Amino acid sequence: MKLTLKIWRQPNAASTGAMHTYELDGVSPDMSFLEMLDVLNEDLNAKGEEPIAFDSDCREGICGMCGLMINGQAHGPEVTTTCQLHMRSFEDGDEIVIEPWRADAFPVLKDLCVDRGAFDRIIQQGGYISVNTGSAPEAHSIQVPKDAADRAFDVATCIGCGACVAACPNGSASLFMGAKITHLGELPQGQAERDSRVVNMVGQHDHEGFGGCTNIGECTAACPKEIPLDVISQLNRDLRTALRHGH
Amino acid sequence: MTSVATPTLVKGARAARSTIALKLLMAVSGLVFIGYLLLHMYGNLKVFAGHDAFNEYAHHLRTFGEPMLPYTGLLWIIRLVLIVALVAHVASFVALAARASKARTQKYAVKKNIASTLSSRTMRWGGVALFIFVVWHLIHFTIGKVNPAGGPTNDPYNLMVDSFSLWWMTVIYLLALVALGLHLHHGTWSALQTLGLTGNARARARAKRLGVVIAVLIAGGFALVPLSVLFGLVD
Repeated sequence: MKLTLKIWRQPNAASTGAMHTYELDGVSPDMSFLEMLDVLNEDLNAKGEEPIAFDSDCREGICGMCGLMINGQAHGPEVTTTCQLHMRSFEDGDEIVIEPWRADAFPVLKDLCVDRGAFDRIIQQGGYISVNTGSAPEAHSIQVPKDAADRAFDVATCIGCGACVAACPNGSASLFMGAKITHLGELPQGQAERDSRVVNMVGQHDHEGFGGCTNIGECTAACPKEIPLDVISQLNRDLRTALRHGH
Repeated sequence: MTSVATPTLVKGARAARSTIALKLLMAVSGLVFIGYLLLHMYGNLKVFAGHDAFNEYAHHLRTFGEPMLPYTGLLWIIRLVLIVALVAHVASFVALAARASKARTQKYAVKKNIASTLSSRTMRWGGVALFIFVVWHLIHFTIGKVNPAGGPTNDPYNLMVDSFSLWWMTVIYLLALVALGLHLHHGTWSALQTLGLTGNARARARAKRLGVVIAVLIAGGFALVPLSVLFGLVD
């Protein structure tokens, strides 16, 4: 396959970037999207040019490290992570536009790498249990209804890649937050800090400069883990409950 | 470039100061408007009961609750509720829209919409258009009582029939109703989602269906009146 790639290049966080065009030949349809970029980088290396910086880690679709805006879609045209997207999803001769996640809360560090530390801080505000509990308790001592366990598990598949923020016209992180709120709120262990957790996480979300949700659903369509919009309803409901409880 | 994001942890966050609180304000005020629109539509449809019934209804709205309430007392109570709802709706819109525009200052070179509906993407400008329409509508029928056809303005039924006998007046009102229908289509579902009432796939599908029903019912119900005048069913 022969491709025309338009890629965002930006030397560092302080400088302004621009789109650069690269021609790449000899791409196999069996390559993953990131392998295709690896091939391009080898070309650039051979020519003595700076290779393109992009994030990746497991390349199995489970870590949440990779994430590119590909032809205007977060993670590209398939419902999966960028690393699990393959070149067979494209045609020979295609032009592919590759950009980093765009959100002021996710500043570009270099080329296609963004700083998603804002997500870590949202998690830090409530995504964990803040007291020492000693050794692991007997698993059957706290029983979890099957429905609740299933729902908590389904939304716990969120890998925090940031595609929801990238796809949202408002740059909102509501789907991410909703997934965490629902995951912890469904379980008995999460009840003690349920009110304060949602208020603190939303407070951090707003402070980071993410936008508000307008329920249009671009986030869930872009989510590689198919987290449903229900979690945003749950987030809103938990916040409303906290409001009623005086938080 | 990154003036908003700072690596500090917020202390003492308050639920009432959050974006979600603004959304709740938006949702509740929007539901107030839906309730009012249903009442307003009921009154409009009185046109099919004839000249006298329509005018009697209009007069009765002003004397409703007398002598406990003064003349036009009920109307002023309703107007007060609507003004409060409007202030809440517009204020939360301005605050949330400003946040959203600051959340992504560097735009994408290419951005596709995959799942969002036309109605959801036109909420902001559609809302502004509706606001401008409401100003005109109030000048037309309430504050100014303008009869563009040049006839008398002291008879509500005749004022309405005279107005909609002009094709361009009908066009303005029908365009406004298209904007209203789109706004209600997304707004209804969005309000229920914001209130946290759509916590599973079935409830979500129901809320979206309700959005279609409310949009068609209200926009269609209002459209019946100018269309009936246009086609000569009411004169």
